[in-house]
Amino acid sequence: MVGLDDLKTPKTNTWCPGCGNFGILMAFKKALIELGLKREDSVLVSGIGCHGKMVNYVNINGFHGIHGRALPLAQGIKLANPNLTVVGFAGDADQYNEGWGHFAHAVRLNIDMTLIVHDNMVLGLTTGQATSTSQQGFKSKSTPFGVIPPMLNPLAHALVSNGTFVARGFSGDMLHLKSLIVQAIQHRGFAFIDVFQPCVSFNYLNTYDWFRQRVYKLEEENHDVTDQKKALEKALEWGDRLPIGVFYNKERPTYHDNLEHLKGENLTKFPSKNVDIKSTMKEMT
Amino acid sequence: MTVNKLSLMVGGEAGAGISRSGFLFAKACLRGGLYVFGANDYQSLIRGGHNFYTVTVCDQKVYCQADKVELLVALDKQTILLHKDELVSGAGVIYDQDQITVTKEELGRDDINQYHVPLRKIVKELDGPSIMENTVALGAANALLDYDPEILNQVLRDTFKPKVAELNIEAAKQGYSYAKENYRNDFEYKLKKTGSEGKNRIFVAGNEAIALGALNAGCKFYAAYPMTPATSILHFLAPLDREYKMLVIQTESEIAAINMVAGASYAGARAMTATSGGGFCLMTEALGMIGMSETSPVIVLVQRPGPSTGLPTYTGQGDLRFAIHASQGEFPRVVIAPGNVEECFYNTVEAFNLAEKFQIPAIVISDKYLAESNGTTEPFDQNKTRIDRGQLVTENKYTGKEDYMRHKFTENGISARALPGTTGAIVRTNADEHNELGYTTEDPVLSTKMADKRFKKLDALTRELEGYETVKFYGPKEATATVIGWGSTKGPILEAMNVLSKQGVKVNYLQILYLCPFPVSKVRDILQLAKKTIVVENNKTSQLSSIIQEQLLTSVDFKILKYDGRPFNPEALARSIQEVL
Repeated sequence: MVGLDDLKTPKTNTWCPGCGNFGILMAFKKALIELGLKREDSVLVSGIGCHGKMVNYVNINGFHGIHGRALPLAQGIKLANPNLTVVGFAGDADQYNEGWGHFAHAVRLNIDMTLIVHDNMVLGLTTGQATSTSQQGFKSKSTPFGVIPPMLNPLAHALVSNGTFVARGFSGDMLHLKSLIVQAIQHRGFAFIDVFQPCVSFNYLNTYDWFRQRVYKLEEENHDVTDQKKALEKALEWGDRLPIGVFYNKERPTYHDNLEHLKGENLTKFPSKNVDIKSTMKEMT
Repeated sequence: MTVNKLSLMVGGEAGAGISRSGFLFAKACLRGGLYVFGANDYQSLIRGGHNFYTVTVCDQKVYCQADKVELLVALDKQTILLHKDELVSGAGVIYDQDQITVTKEELGRDDINQYHVPLRKIVKELDGPSIMENTVALGAANALLDYDPEILNQVLRDTFKPKVAELNIEAAKQGYSYAKENYRNDFEYKLKKTGSEGKNRIFVAGNEAIALGALNAGCKFYAAYPMTPATSILHFLAPLDREYKMLVIQTESEIAAINMVAGASYAGARAMTATSGGGFCLMTEALGMIGMSETSPVIVLVQRPGPSTGLPTYTGQGDLRFAIHASQGEFPRVVIAPGNVEECFYNTVEAFNLAEKFQIPAIVISDKYLAESNGTTEPFDQNKTRIDRGQLVTENKYTGKEDYMRHKFTENGISARALPGTTGAIVRTNADEHNELGYTTEDPVLSTKMADKRFKKLDALTRELEGYETVKFYGPKEATATVIGWGSTKGPILEAMNVLSKQGVKVNYLQILYLCPFPVSKVRDILQLAKKTIVVENNKTSQLSSIIQEQLLTSVDFKILKYDGRPFNPEALARSIQEVL
């Protein structure tokens, strides 16, 4: 059985003291332990940004990829070896700016994996610029007079594109987030969690206190997670009250389910000899 | 009378089944035991415009299209006007004078045989779709050439569903009868089927040969976004995914495709993607990640002329430097340029082996001309290929005393791969500079060591390639000049050498298949014996010349460059070679 000690790595953590990432890191580790997943069978994939360092802080298989591309990298791993549990981590600029195209398609593809977005509504590692989830009017180094366009709504986007598991967590509520991650990994299909993650260095607006005053839990309001329209209504809610929890959870066939010929196939098995192609060449005579 | 030496061209608007009918005729020649080369010239549009397909037939091996055409099947007037000067004296033109009128002035020459065949009328009487006019014309061509019509019938049966096949066979028959009755023995070019020795030969395009190489090599994962002229690899593999139990996926972009194959390769699958220059631009960032993380996918770069969108359906070799240098930073890679369909097959298998053995990206660089032209070859010999997946922790359990290190320092820089899922091994890798365990590092000493480790693999690769056919040499040892080329110029160069040798001009030819790492000593050995050197390339700046200069500190004497999107024609190339000599 894996414990917290097994998941520890020798790397010194370099996140700012109080960073919202700590809550996500601990929630993820605890979720792995609760699910009893073997370290060797789990893969952590990350993009670029503060979140990307997750690979250094969890002692499971990992691939620290490039900016915005955690999703296709993770998809390739899962498609090649469906026996692995694959969890992708991304930042808000990473996923919603640079990697937005992949996000839209990952929701449609419904490959059985989890995506957790560290959404601090600012670019941290590049020292404070706006992202697509920065609030309108948010002043940053790149937007000294305030962000002009309205913020992007990833949850609503996921829902209208037939996402099968759409959730939002808050890194200030680690245990609640852990339960979301557990459900997401257990979900058969593409599970997406956006996580409110305060950046203590560059987001002066969306602080722990700011979130604490606003978040409420959907499960405490008898929200029906199988009702897509209700979920969308909740996803559009932004203001004094901000819902967290599972917005929507309804399975549909995964990408693999539609690949009858790959049932039970592990594409990583070593071909020890040439694959016979005679029948295909015969067609070309 | 000329027997079994013919170039036939089918031309018309897009949507008229030009390439299909050219292909069918080529297949009929192939099955008659003849050697065939089929080249498809088309524009970036779906209807209208001008497309043509040339079928070059010979009873001996044919390496490329010919300069001249003996028989032209014109499905529109434009075809005649555009190609009349390519016709040999005594050539034939099959067309429907009910639809097309060509005046004497327009044709401008009187040494051409015009064969009217009422294509439209015949199709109408058969109550068939107008696209079938090309089949009527093929039937007429068979009659003029005195070629056994039953062979085409069988090709039609193998190509179409029974009902459509029968209708087409009837159409071909009518065209055949019409031409036989009206133009009996009029035409001086003939085709005769040969014995049965060619029965097993295949008619295969470069892209298909690459796809077959991938299948042979155990590629189980193909991800790509459509882009001409790489798309036909996707088209070829997609319907085969069930038979070969592989995954073929069309991704949202080239960026997704290359990241996916990187992921699949990390997981342990043999994975490939293919694209053209524009898509390769999008892939370059991930290419660096593949170099850094020491993963091993195969990337096929099928060139077309640039810059930017350029000539999207034509050919060029302007991306050689790009393939060798793409992505920021420095990392080893292998860049292989096959020159014909056989090499497309065998080099692709080699690419998979080298990628995994040295844990580097392998780039197979080709171009539209090679990718979409069909050549005749014996079936690829699978006994000549082997699978080498390099150093692997193959047991299901890793039992090393120390923690498994994905990027462990070793003598030759190669760290044994464990695949995720191996008990006892945590497989961690990183696009950031990293330590042996795959954890991010910014340490200057470790960073230097890691870069050195990656480049030790280049040394090992270079040693390994000494045993590979990285260059090929053709022609007499003693010659007036040595022609140097890479990739698809091979066919035209070999044919041009034939033309020159008939004129008593002796040249030999150095083909460089491995461009990176560059086979310095092999190229030097050959060039030291060369009296004069001529680089032949389909680009503007002669990128190969500059690479030779850089690697050997030698300038080449002459450059013959063509960058109009079209391949070299052999006779024209032979003339250019004579001119520089």
